Amino acid sequence: MVENRPWANFFAHTVLIIGVALVIFPVYIALVASTQAPGELVRGTLPLLPGHHGIENYTQMWQSGISTANSPSAALMLWNSFVMAMAITVGKLSISLLSAFAIVYFRFRFRMFFFWLIFVTLMLPVEVRIIPTFQVVADLNMLNSFAGLSIPLIASATATFLFRQFFMTIPEEMLEAARVDGAGPLKFFKDILLPLSITNIAALFVIMFIYGWNQYLWPLIITTDPNYTTIVMGIQRMTSEENPQWQLVMAAVVMAALPPVLVILFMQRLFVKGLTETEK
Amino acid sequence: MQTKRMTFPGRWLPFALLAPQVIVTLIFFIWPAGQALYQSLLREDAFGLKTTFVGLENFARLFRDGSYLNSLSVTVVFALGTTMLSMTVALLLASTVNRMIHSRSAYTTLLVWPYAIAPALAGVLWWFIFNPSIGIVPYMLEMVGYQWNHRNSGSDAMLLVIFAAAWKQISYNFLFFLAGLQSIPQSLIEAASIDGASPTKRFWTIIFPLLTPTTFFLLVVNVVYAMFDTFGIIHATTQGGPAQSTNILVYKVYADGFVGLNLGSSAAQSVILMVIVVMLTIVQFRFIERRVNY
Repeated sequence: MVENRPWANFFAHTVLIIGVALVIFPVYIALVASTQAPGELVRGTLPLLPGHHGIENYTQMWQSGISTANSPSAALMLWNSFVMAMAITVGKLSISLLSAFAIVYFRFRFRMFFFWLIFVTLMLPVEVRIIPTFQVVADLNMLNSFAGLSIPLIASATATFLFRQFFMTIPEEMLEAARVDGAGPLKFFKDILLPLSITNIAALFVIMFIYGWNQYLWPLIITTDPNYTTIVMGIQRMTSEENPQWQLVMAAVVMAALPPVLVILFMQRLFVKGLTETEK
Repeated sequence: MQTKRMTFPGRWLPFALLAPQVIVTLIFFIWPAGQALYQSLLREDAFGLKTTFVGLENFARLFRDGSYLNSLSVTVVFALGTTMLSMTVALLLASTVNRMIHSRSAYTTLLVWPYAIAPALAGVLWWFIFNPSIGIVPYMLEMVGYQWNHRNSGSDAMLLVIFAAAWKQISYNFLFFLAGLQSIPQSLIEAASIDGASPTKRFWTIIFPLLTPTTFFLLVVNVVYAMFDTFGIIHATTQGGPAQSTNILVYKVYADGFVGLNLGSSAAQSVILMVIVVMLTIVQFRFIERRVNY
C-alpha cells in the first residue's frame, strides 16, 4: 500500500468480509441444516441458527446411513473415498516419477513418441470419452472393484511434466558425482532424485488427493455394489429420493467435504505451490 | 527436446520405467478415444443387433438436431456466465486482499478452501439453499416479490448451476490473481501515485493491463473447467432440466449414451468434445510459451 486512506481501508475490509461471508454461507447453511430435528426441515423455511440434534444426525449417518436411499453408512463411504483417493494419488505419483526419470536421464529410441503419447492424456478428460472407457473397464472385469475405481485414472501428464521440469533443474554434477561413485540408475533415483523431489511430491500429493477424493462420474458408472459407494456419489443418491432427509444429507455433505478442506487448510503452502506449478 | 548432458546407458531400463504409464495410457486413454472415433462412424439399430457404417452421418445429424444445437448454446451461456462471475469476484477480492498487510494471509485462508469441495457437493449445497420449498434464498426473494423456482424455470435453473460452478472456482482464480498482483513491481504503483493517480485510475491503467497474461490464462482454464469439470454439478442437481435448459455438452454425452443408449450419437459428441479440448489445450500452450518471453 502506497498511501494512507482510512476510508479506503474501511471499504476494503467491508468488501472482504462480505466476500468471505458469501463464500462461507453455503457451508454454514449445511452445518445448520445438519443439526436440525428430522421433521424440522419439511416444515417451511430453514432456521438460521444450529439446532440440538447434531450429534444424533451425525451418529446415524456415520453408523447406518439412509436405508431408504439404499445408501450405506458414512463410515464405509468415507473409507471407500479414502482408499480410492490414496490409490489414485500414490499411483499417479509413482508412475509419473518413473516416466519422468526415464525421459530425462536416458537416451533411447522413440523418446519423443512416448513423451507425446503421455501428453495426449492431458487432452482427454474422462468425461468426454466416458462410454468407450466404461466398455474397456467392463471387458477387463474391473467393475465394482478398487482397481477399476483407481487404475484408469492414474495416468497423469501434468505430474510427469512437473517432475520432468524439476529434474531438468537438478545440477548435472549430481549425476556425474553419483556415477563416479559407482551408483547405478536405480540407486541414483532412490538415493538422490527422490529425496530432492520431496517438496514437489508433497505439493502434488495435496492436489492429486483432492482430485481423487472428488471423483464423481467415474465411481458413479463403474460401481453398482453399495459396498463400493464413495461418499461424493453417495450423496447424489440420497438427494434423488422423493423427500430427501436433508438433515442427514447435509451431515453427509459436511463429512464428505471435511477431509479435503482440512488437507488444504493444514497444507496451504504446499497446496498453493502444487496448484500454481501444475498449471505452468 | 533436451536431456541431461550425461545420461545413463541402458537399453531396456527406460522402457521398463515408462511401461506402467504407457500401458495405462494406451488401455484407458488411447484405445477408448479410438473406439469413440470408430463408433462415431457407425449406427446401431434399436436392439443392438446390427451395426452399419454410416460415415459422417452421425455428425451431420447432430448439427441438424435441435436438442444438440440447444445444448451448444446452453454450454456457451453456462461457460461464459461461470467464467465472468467467478473471475470478476475473484479479481475484486484479490486486489482488495493485496492492499492488506497484516490480514492478508488470514483472508487468503478463508477464501481458498472451496477449491477442495467436489463439484457435485457444491451443486447439492446451492440446490439446498435455493430449494423452492425450504431454501433460504427463495424465501428472501419472495419478500421482494420474485417467485424462484428452478424446477420450472429454465433461467432460474441456469442461474443456480452458474452460482454453484462459479462459487467453487473463485478460490482458484483468487490465488492466481493474487500471485499475478504480487509480481507487479511496487515502484510502478508508487510512481503513479506520486503523479497523483487515484487508486481506481492506477488499477485500470497500470495493474489491470499488467495482469493481462494472468487474466487470459484464467479465461482458458475457466472455460475448460466450466465445460468439462462441472458434470457433477449438473448431474447432482438439475440433470439437464427443466426442458433441457441446463443440458451442457458433457452432460448430454453421458445422458445420450448411458440413459438414451444412442451410442453412435454419443460417440460423435465425444469426438466433437475431444476436438474442443485439443483446441483449447493448444491455445493454452501457445499462450504459455509466449508468457515465458513476456
